[in-house]
Amino acid sequence: MMFTTEEILETIRMIQVEHLDIRTVTLGIDLLDCRRDRVEDTVRSLREKLLESTRGFLDTIKKVELEYGIPIVNKRVAITPVSLLLSSLDIEDYIYLARELDKTAIDIGLDFIGGYTCFLEYEISDTDRVFLRSIPLVLNETERLCASIVTATTRAGINLDAIKETAYIILETARVKNNPIVCTKLIVLSNPPPDNPFMAGAFHGIKRGQRVINVGISGPGAVRSAIERLPKDGDIVSIAEEIKRISFKITRAGEFIGKEIARRLGISSVSVDISLAPTPQKGDSVARIIERIGVKHFGAPGTTGLLFLLNDALKKGGLMASSSVGGLSGTFIPVSEDKGIAEAVGKGALTLEKLEALTNVCSVGLDMVPIPGDISPYTLMGIILDEMAVGVMHNKTTAVRILPVPGGRPGEWVEFGGLLGRAPIAKVNETPCEGLFERGGRIPPPISSYRN
Amino acid sequence: MKRAIITVTGINHTGIVAGISSVLANFGVNILDITQTIMGDIFVMALLVDITGMDDVTPLVERLLEEGDRLKVKVSFEREEIFRAMHRI
Repeated sequence: MMFTTEEILETIRMIQVEHLDIRTVTLGIDLLDCRRDRVEDTVRSLREKLLESTRGFLDTIKKVELEYGIPIVNKRVAITPVSLLLSSLDIEDYIYLARELDKTAIDIGLDFIGGYTCFLEYEISDTDRVFLRSIPLVLNETERLCASIVTATTRAGINLDAIKETAYIILETARVKNNPIVCTKLIVLSNPPPDNPFMAGAFHGIKRGQRVINVGISGPGAVRSAIERLPKDGDIVSIAEEIKRISFKITRAGEFIGKEIARRLGISSVSVDISLAPTPQKGDSVARIIERIGVKHFGAPGTTGLLFLLNDALKKGGLMASSSVGGLSGTFIPVSEDKGIAEAVGKGALTLEKLEALTNVCSVGLDMVPIPGDISPYTLMGIILDEMAVGVMHNKTTAVRILPVPGGRPGEWVEFGGLLGRAPIAKVNETPCEGLFERGGRIPPPISSYRN
Repeated sequence: MKRAIITVTGINHTGIVAGISSVLANFGVNILDITQTIMGDIFVMALLVDITGMDDVTPLVERLLEEGDRLKVKVSFEREEIFRAMHRI
């Protein structure tokens, strides 16, 4: 036998006991050549290209899943940002296009389609305003379409006017049906990558190629178990080394599966996102990894340091394993999707402010955080701005996917169901910040963006 | 050559090797290598098999899982390349 029993069992255990899986295979599709003069023609062309480009996609995934024994949880498509496919001053045009995209995703059998996206980091055009206004309606009327709004980049700086508009859009999206779950399909971004496989922020970047496979792996359970097997009093270096080792293995598995799917579909480009993405399943938690290393609850003093170690070791192992690392590639800390993180909020160990601090050392931002629905729009703007500043200053992606709960009070638990999990509503610092947003304008880019 | 590794784990009892290998024989699948150990009470067997020429492994995998249920053991099927990706630099 070319592999030892221990090696074989390690793989089997990682998959069966520790929930190692391919979280998502996201097919990026370039739709720029579908633009036509009339919206009806554009929509027809989009639908035809999507159906053609996804032929065999789901069947191939199913076969690979069975042959290699690794579950592939989500099958998604990311498209060229819709705001680049359609420029209209009629909101009905956007709603029509969105409905057709959603219908096409359902017809194909996709879990999600991402790319209802606009870029506002420099300015908000008249058509952007119409596009923005369509978001609350579109997300409440569609099932599988995901939207993202870019309000800042390290090159452009931070557009306060865009943040102002966006805050109202988020609140309105939650209000249409009094349902915060709709906001799980809406994310605000700084420095978004063009090959992100994860929703809600996935879109297909310009010039990324006609079709690209982007793979996202999930392995918090495998990392936690590996650390549990180490002696409790071992040096911190032993933890870093073990994380690198596991990260190498799970990245290699993800890269292999991604390349195999791409090969079978005749696609040459593959990008592997090595993000550690937790799920509400028992043990599949980033918080539990950190707690195992040595803090009582996630969010306790010391958490930022440990998350830095985890995120860094993960990248070192992953980058050794693959030359195709892309996407977000960090450690996710989505509150409701990670049982340990949600519990830490419930116990008062983790606050919104600490969460923001943590995003300095990991990916991706204030993610899946329920907040009271009666939050002042200005407070929400302030929260978004602070998170954008983290991304712009550090030249990395940050995001805000915050879920206003109509009638909700801090501490009350909210159920989102399935992989979206559950979490208590976070307490928000309501010290006023109106003056700032009455000024408007764009915060200039940081000196670190001038690299030429 | 296309190869896969079939892993069988569970409480040790008679008939496990016979049950699994007869399924493989019925599908005309050749066993290239086999290792078997007992860890405590747990029976662990790994079989390296040749699946060249088998375009769709679905019926084989389904039948193996069924046999696993009958024998009250856990059966996993994985193409060999995944182990190479994870365990060899």
